[in-house]
Amino acid sequence: MSEKYLTRSSAIASRLLGGEMMVMSAVDSTFFTLNEVATVIWQAADGHTPLSEIVDRVCSEFEVGPETAANDAERFIEELSRHGILLVSDFPQEPSSSPPMEAA
Amino acid sequence: MTLMEEIQQRALQLGIPWAVHLDVTYRCNERCVHCYLDHDDRGEMTTSEIKRVLDQLAEAGTFFLTFSGGEVFMRQDFLELVAYARRLLFNVKVKTNGVMIRRAQASQLRQLGVEQLQISVYSHRAEIHDAITKLPGSLKKTVEAVRFLKSQGLKVVVANVLMTLNSTDQAGVHALARELGVGYTLDPTITPKIDGDTSILDLRIATSDLNAVLHNQELVGNVDEYCAAPPTVSEDDMEGYSCSAGHTSVYISPYGDVFPCVQFPLPSGNVRRQKFLDIWHNSPALAEVRSIHARDLPVCSTCSHMASCTRCPGLAYMEGNMRGPSVADCEKSFQRTGIPSANMLRKGHFHSLTPLIQIQPLGL
Repeated sequence: MSEKYLTRSSAIASRLLGGEMMVMSAVDSTFFTLNEVATVIWQAADGHTPLSEIVDRVCSEFEVGPETAANDAERFIEELSRHGILLVSDFPQEPSSSPPMEAA
Repeated sequence: MTLMEEIQQRALQLGIPWAVHLDVTYRCNERCVHCYLDHDDRGEMTTSEIKRVLDQLAEAGTFFLTFSGGEVFMRQDFLELVAYARRLLFNVKVKTNGVMIRRAQASQLRQLGVEQLQISVYSHRAEIHDAITKLPGSLKKTVEAVRFLKSQGLKVVVANVLMTLNSTDQAGVHALARELGVGYTLDPTITPKIDGDTSILDLRIATSDLNAVLHNQELVGNVDEYCAAPPTVSEDDMEGYSCSAGHTSVYISPYGDVFPCVQFPLPSGNVRRQKFLDIWHNSPALAEVRSIHARDLPVCSTCSHMASCTRCPGLAYMEGNMRGPSVADCEKSFQRTGIPSANMLRKGHFHSLTPLIQIQPLGL
């Protein structure tokens, strides 16, 4: 199976609130609250970390099996990419010259 | 509870300044007759100072950031500040009169992912709008800006402050907003100047006009529901707060002064002298604001409107006591429901919409 790479859209606003990521699309103002697992995936979606590595991270941080973590990740990716706030590629992305600065 | 209310509640429990209003300048190209600011530059924060404040707000967990003024585009670096804020992943809203926005600025704002532009329009008639702004040609330029912004796909809301000078133009501005395909919001409250000067309160609309606004279905939706008698006051209401100012939202002036809200000029610190989070966590002024529950309000806690009143603690503060009633909000509650507030009953300052006895001359 080919590897996937996830990148957060720049057309969003986001902030951690009590360990959960709040994300709002600047395109259609849809608001998303990500639970702790989804937050880990979101924060790892830097365009060059392979999805398999992100799933491994979820497995080790939340003590879930690889199949469960992979299924959860797929659902998460499908939902967020449908709203255009998460971009999926078969290839790693070049780091941007001025990437978003995630704080908090 | 809506999702946004849930998030707001969580921010309150965690003590997060979730929404910040940052005025980047008090300078303005208009001289609106009702404006609560002076327009001199008394030493605005520099570009790098504001960027440092934005870094600190991001670190503090702020999500909603409103840039306002004055006119924000009076600062040459304004778009640089917006770009910086967006890199920090704030949800950015901009309040402007739009006069200095051309196609290029509109395009940049779109590229930067600004959430919403709020643009002041006082009348659909140039002679009225321009008389309020004291800038000839301002309505034409403002409407052009709305069109540029709309053409770029930006969300625009026309903000219509209502006062004596434009009290008959609300429907015209609303129709103009519809024609432009943008949102519309109405504010019938004129607030005292930030230095405490109350002379501009003479511009407040007549109570009969306020009554008409509060009973306008286009503005309030279901009038019967909106204007219904206030619900019974519960224990939860008495434990609550009337406003998010100082709890999950805060205001920062162009000089770095921190207040609970732009309408609540209680000095709480200055980001030039202290870190923002130090002020947010340790300011005695903010601690006092947060200590006041509805039950602690000597007059309002006895009022039948307590559960539904939009009491503004900032207006109350400017009237002399942050624990007191806000006369403007008492009037709104009264005009909305026909039931006088506890403060009105105490002072005897109310005039029933319909007299208890109606006397009709018999046409003698």
